[in-house]
Order: sequence, then structure tokens, then C-alpha cells
Amino acid sequence: MNRELKSHIPEGAIAEKWDNHKFNIRLVNPANKRKYNIIVVGTGLAGASAAASFAELGYNVKAFTFHDSPRRAHSIAAQGGINAAKNYQNDGDSIFRLFYDTVKGGDYRSREANVYRLAQVSVSIIDQCVAQGVPFAREYGGLLDNRSFGGALVSRTFYAKGQTGQQLLLGAYSALSRQVATGKVKMYPRTEMLDVVLIDGKARGIITRNLITGAVEAHDAHAVVLATGGYSNVFYLSTNAMACNATAAWRAHRHGAYFANPCFTQIHPTCIPVSGDHQSKLTLMSESLRNDGRVWVPRNPADKNKKPSEIAEKDRFYYLEEKYPTFGNLVPRDVASRNAKYVCDEGLGVGKTGKAVYLDFSDAIKREGRKYVEDKYGNLFDMYQRITDDNPYETPMRIYPAPHYTMGGLWVDYNLMTTIEGLYAIGEANFSDHGANRLGASALMQGLADGYFVIPYTIGNYLAAEPYKVEDTSHPAFSEAIDRVKERMNRLINIKGNTVPDDFHRKLGRIMWDHCGMSRTGDGLKQAREQVRQLREEFWKDVKVVGTADGLNTELEKASRIADFLELGELMIVDALDREESCGGHFREEHQTPEGEALRNDEDFAYVAAWEYQGENKDFILHKEDLAFENVKLTQRSYK
Amino acid sequence: MAEETRKYTLEIWRQKNANDKGGFKTYPIDDVSPDMSFLEMIDLLNDRLARTGEEPVTFDHDCREGICGACSMYINGHPHGPHQGVTTCQLHMRSFPNNAKIVVEPWRAQAFPVVKDLMVDRAAFDRIIQAGGYVSVNTGSARDANETPISKEIADEAFNAAACIGCGACVAACKNASAMLFVAAKVSQLAILPQGQAERKARAEKMVAQMDAEGFGACTNTGACSAECPKEIGQEHIARLNREFLGASLSSKNVGDFKLIKQ
Repeated sequence: MNRELKSHIPEGAIAEKWDNHKFNIRLVNPANKRKYNIIVVGTGLAGASAAASFAELGYNVKAFTFHDSPRRAHSIAAQGGINAAKNYQNDGDSIFRLFYDTVKGGDYRSREANVYRLAQVSVSIIDQCVAQGVPFAREYGGLLDNRSFGGALVSRTFYAKGQTGQQLLLGAYSALSRQVATGKVKMYPRTEMLDVVLIDGKARGIITRNLITGAVEAHDAHAVVLATGGYSNVFYLSTNAMACNATAAWRAHRHGAYFANPCFTQIHPTCIPVSGDHQSKLTLMSESLRNDGRVWVPRNPADKNKKPSEIAEKDRFYYLEEKYPTFGNLVPRDVASRNAKYVCDEGLGVGKTGKAVYLDFSDAIKREGRKYVEDKYGNLFDMYQRITDDNPYETPMRIYPAPHYTMGGLWVDYNLMTTIEGLYAIGEANFSDHGANRLGASALMQGLADGYFVIPYTIGNYLAAEPYKVEDTSHPAFSEAIDRVKERMNRLINIKGNTVPDDFHRKLGRIMWDHCGMSRTGDGLKQAREQVRQLREEFWKDVKVVGTADGLNTELEKASRIADFLELGELMIVDALDREESCGGHFREEHQTPEGEALRNDEDFAYVAAWEYQGENKDFILHKEDLAFENVKLTQRSYK
Repeated sequence: MAEETRKYTLEIWRQKNANDKGGFKTYPIDDVSPDMSFLEMIDLLNDRLARTGEEPVTFDHDCREGICGACSMYINGHPHGPHQGVTTCQLHMRSFPNNAKIVVEPWRAQAFPVVKDLMVDRAAFDRIIQAGGYVSVNTGSARDANETPISKEIADEAFNAAACIGCGACVAACKNASAMLFVAAKVSQLAILPQGQAERKARAEKMVAQMDAEGFGACTNTGACSAECPKEIGQEHIARLNREFLGASLSSKNVGDFKLIKQ
């Protein structure tokens, strides 16, 4: 089934596309909205905001989360802030500038029309959140405060201490809860989606597993929306929460939803370094810290075991400030991460493992006072101290990059529909807005833009043409899918091998981090692909899943998710191999400028790589969506 | 960054499901690094159990950054362990001396039935929010965010209340298993913000009615909730809830019983 990629970008000038589109798309009569059912999988920022907004419009919504409550989705952990082109600071921001910065920051691998729309609706997001009672930081005059954030020269980031994601999620959760109370949303907590059901090529429902009882159930609907987040946990160690996984997206992919730009992953520069083999996850420190913290390593490798206070100013290598005088410590994430890797590879890294750099606040404390730093970053400093037992007010933090966000995801058109009709992907689960690199404070913006202000419109265009009565769970496609899911669960349980799921996950993570992480080579990737294939084979022969499938079994949950990561990991490698250029988070060592910067190849690679699944252990088929840049001039990024 | 490893004796509550009686089981554990988080120590135990074919200990956890509110262990008589302002996932083994005995239980409250081992059902909290813990504003109907100035003091105070992570430590800490601090945090946040005014009275009444219906106990102002709250939400919010509730019951236009959220 070879589908042509139709992005459905509306006609007209960039600033008019969204308005034109909203006017041209079909509407569903308000009285008829109650005749349509929508399934939303995942209730983080994108899912909760979409589910609440659908219900407000009058649709019937079934919302699914594997957590015990929507409030626990990993959106909650986002620290730094959310961008919006409000220009409250009068510093020259505009919708066009936010659009421009996002396309540039994404290293020209995103779709202009989507990004422009994102910048347009960004302003409404802030209004909506404030109206919900989200307590953003304010100035003494009572107006909203802003800060600047990695990669931007204007202050457009709204924040709530270091807990912006929490406050935005609780806002969306409250809107969702209100709709649960009205009965328009039916919540299914502790329920994991394990398959999507297609009837006549259209998504008509999902198969879920109740994580408490183990019951495998079918749910029907007119449309299915995946808001299931990203796949950073393919690296095993990442800043994602433990349960974040790619299963919903991958199950959809296996049914015909193309997976776009899987190799575009973001390695976040400011995380707490690994402390030992026991490490279960990595903790991110908001990159807002880079506004006041200065990144450095000792110039002389011999100094690296000295206390930082014993290293004289002249012996400190403020490598970002020296290499990038304009942006300094505020260079985009990929640039900051890669440079941390380089100095550590040169033997200048600090700490027990030599895989860390300093982030030093002593100048900010001297300049502005301890209270200023405490007000701005107090909770982050506390968190750092709890984890490391070091006091960052007195000694510099140690940081190192860690996998954090995935720009790649399910391919979607301008309406956020995947290549499966009636199946949508929103938030981090889709690929559309961040290109090859996401700017700080843009993930929250995109999740809420998709959920509050894009999909509530675009889904109507699809539903309006659908009959009220569609096939329900009595259709054989549902029972077949249930059998498939049960069979897979039983297969995992019955292997009864010798290796626990986590061991496979750790091995996969190691391969991906070493060969498909911050820096990649053709040879390394080829080798990694073989390793992943072998590991996958081994997994299906030797995994040991204790317990049974008919009740709560966290080992089974893990094994099922790892099985999907083992397939996705290979696709990431395949994509990284295909992309013979460096751009954003994808750095191929073969393709760099003489100064060691990423070297794009716009001639041959200004496209979205959308991969089609053909079957287990078969090659993926590449489809290209050519990217046209009509409003942003393609330039080599320079943060010098 | 101590290098030595430690040994502990763990007494962990095991319970197959909500109907099982449950009981403590003792697990000696060694090779624990002081840099491990408490949950990583449990991971280590579970890893060993899984390898020997015994079912691992079930517990809620996710972000491991102290913000999602999933982790919920009652450790040596304290929710989230011995430290103040810390969730279990942010507690490290350096806080426990070598060879210590560590007792780990689930949250104990009638309104939080045990699901399995250390995992409890906190859906009652969701229902309390559904009862009224929101501002009724549909997507798209908001006015410009800067139209209503809110003083920094009020915004900060609202934030302090809104920092609640819904973990339920307040309930677990309370001898009455009261949910007052949780309810107070949301009522307080929205009561002081201009956006929350329209529904202010009804909110306090509805959320308290739902709280009572869920089977949480009464508040006797002991203060254990704030002392154990990982986000250090203070007693002043309970005072504000009392004021809001009392004021509402004297002056609100609500008549009759509230429609409670059903399980």
C-alpha cells in the first residue's frame, strides 16, 4: 500500500494559510457533534487539552492513559517555560520572528506552514492558561514576566518558577476534569493502548490492556488521536519518565502510519551526569540555568581533579563563550551538547566519570545576589543538591547532555492526520514543527497548540464527511485485533528465557547512545543496525517475563514496550544512515565544516523522511516530502 | 560521592490485590550504593527477584524527578521517608545508615485502597478535582493574558498552593486520613486569583462535599500533612479553605445536595 504523501498545506501567503484553511474546512453542525466519538490516547499536554476541547465542542470523548491519573503525564516535568509571540517586552518579537527562529532553530527541516501556525496560536495559549488560573510568574506591576531561553534573542518565554510544565498540565487536567464531570469525556486510567483497529483503511478504534486486571478490550470511535509523547527512552537512560514509550505510535506505524525523521532526537545539554550502573533515569536541569550560569571546563587536563574553586579564572575554558561570542552560553541545545561532548572527549571533562562540565553561578551570585538566583532557580538548585549532595550556591554544578526529546514522530499532514485516515498524532508524538532540533520552551507550546487550537478545528473537517453510524466493536476487525494482542502477550510470557527485560533495554540503549546519539558515523550506524537486529532476535528467544498476563504485571508491560523499541531503534539507525548530512540534532561526522559545525546539504536532503513499514525484519520504504522554504532564507546556522 | 556499598534489611508490604490481607516480607539487600535513589534500591531488589523468578514488588513511580506525584511509599513511619520536602524518588540511600532496617508500606487510608503491594488507588483525588477544582473557561474564550494584572504576591501565593503534586502524602501522614491539605491547595489557589472568583463559593462547597463522600477523615489541625508534604504546602491554605467553606455555606446561592462524582 503505497500512499502518496499529501501535506495538504493550504494555498495563500504564509500569514493567511491558517485563516484560509479554517474558513475552507468543513464544519460539523453543533447539534450533530454528539453523534461522533473520538478516542484520545495519552493525556499529557496535547492529549488533555485536545480531549477537553473536543468535549467542550460537543464530541463524545474516550481518553486513555496508562497512568493512574492524567495529572502524572510526563509533560508535568517540563521545567523552563513556554514560548509565545506576545511581544509584551517590546523587544521586537512577533509571530514572524517566532516562526523564523523556530524554522532556523530546527535547522530548516520543518514544514513552514505548520510552524507559522504554531507561532500564530502561541499567543492564544497564554491567554487560555491564564484564564484557567495557571499562576505564571509576574512582575511587581502585576503583568506577566518573561525570560529569554536557549537560542532566542528576545524574551518570549512565560514560566512558573521551574515548574511550568506542571502548571500547564494541571491547567489542561482541570479542563479535562471538568469535562469528565459533565460526562462528555470518559476516562480510562491505567489503560495502555496496544493496537489500532482499521476498517476499510480508516482508524476505527483501539485495543487496550487494563494494567490492573490484564483485561484486553476493544474501543470504537469515528477517529483516533494519538498524543502519546516521544521515544527518548529508546536510549534507556534519558530524562523521560520511566513509563514513556513508543508503543502506541509504533503499533500505528505497523498498520501503515509512516514514521517521519526518526533520527532527529534532541540531546539536552544540562542534565545531571550519570553516577553509576544503578542509574534508572537522568534528571534534567532546566536550560534556563544557562541564562545565568556559565559553562566551563579546566583548560588543562591536569586540573580536572582539582576543586573548581582552586582553578584560576585564566585556567578556565569557557568554551561556549569563546567559540560563540554572540550567543555564548545560550547557543541552541544541539550545539551546547555537542561541544560538551567534544571537551570531554578531549579529556577535559570533570567529575568521577570525566563525563561532565561545570555550570557555574558564582558570577551571577556576585552580580545580582544570592536572593536573585534563589528566586529564579531555587527549586532546581534544591533538586540538584538532593541528587548529588553538592551545594550549587557554593560549588559549580556538574552537567552532561542526555536524551530528552524526539523531534521525529508519526508523519502528519497540515491537519495533523497520519497516513492512516482518521488517525491523528499530536504533540511530541508527531514530527511536524521542530525540524531537526527543537528550541527551548517550544515543546509545551506545540503540545498545547495542537491540542487546544489546531486539532479541534481540523478533526471536524474529517468527521463532517463521516457517517454517524460506523462499524462498532462487533466488527470482526476488533476481535481479530484482540486475538493478536493476546497472542503477543502470551508469546512474551511463554518465552521463559533467562534475561530480564531491563537487560535488553540497557543493551539497546548503549548501542543507540554510542552510535545514534550526539555524533554518528556511517560505519558506526551500520554496525549498530546489525547489533540491534541481533539483540531483537535474542530478545524473542531469551526474554524472561515473570508473572502472568491476567493481572498487574509491570515486567510484562516493560517487555512489551521494549519489543517495540527494538524495532524503532533500527528505524532510527536506518534514517540516520540515509541522511548523509548533518543538521540540528543529527550530526554525521562525515559532514561537518572545517570548524567542526554541522554541514547541511539542502540540495539533496531538504526533505522529510517518512518511512513505511513492510513487515518484521523487512526493509523500510522511504517516502520523501520535499520541504519548500518560501519565507525563511536557508542559511548555514551561525551562533558565532 | 562515597564509594562503599551498604546493606539493609527491608521489610516490605506485599499484598496480591485489594482483597488480599497482605503482610510484611523481609528482604535482605546488599551492594547498595549511597548514590542510589530509594526507588533505584527497590529496582535493584526487583531485578534480583525477577532473576530468581519471584514477582517484583509493585509500586507507583514515573518521573523520578519529584514532580509527577506517582511515587508513594510510607518509609519508616513517614510518607516519602525521613526528609522534609522530598518525594521518595528524590530520597537517596545516603540518608540511611549501613545495616539499617527499613520498613516500607503503602499509603494507608480507606479512600486509597491498595491495588497491589505498595500501589494504591488515588482516583478519589481525581474525583475531587472533577467536582469543582477548575475555572470553567472553554478553549478560545479567554481574554488577553495581561488584561487583568495580578500582584506578584498573589501570583506567588497561588503558585505555592498550585505546586501540589497530588501524591497523597498528606492523607497518609494524617491520623484521620484527611484530604484537607490536598483540597485546600486547589481551593486556595483559585480563591485568591481573579480568574477563580465566579465559581469561588460553589467550588469550595462542591470539593468539600466530594471529599467527605470519598471517605476521607476530618481535619483536626494536627499539621502532620504540611510537615510531610513534599512540596511543603502550608497550613495557611487549610485556614483559607475553612474560611472559604464557611463563607460559602453562609452566603452561597447553592441549594440542596451537590451531584457527587461517582466512581
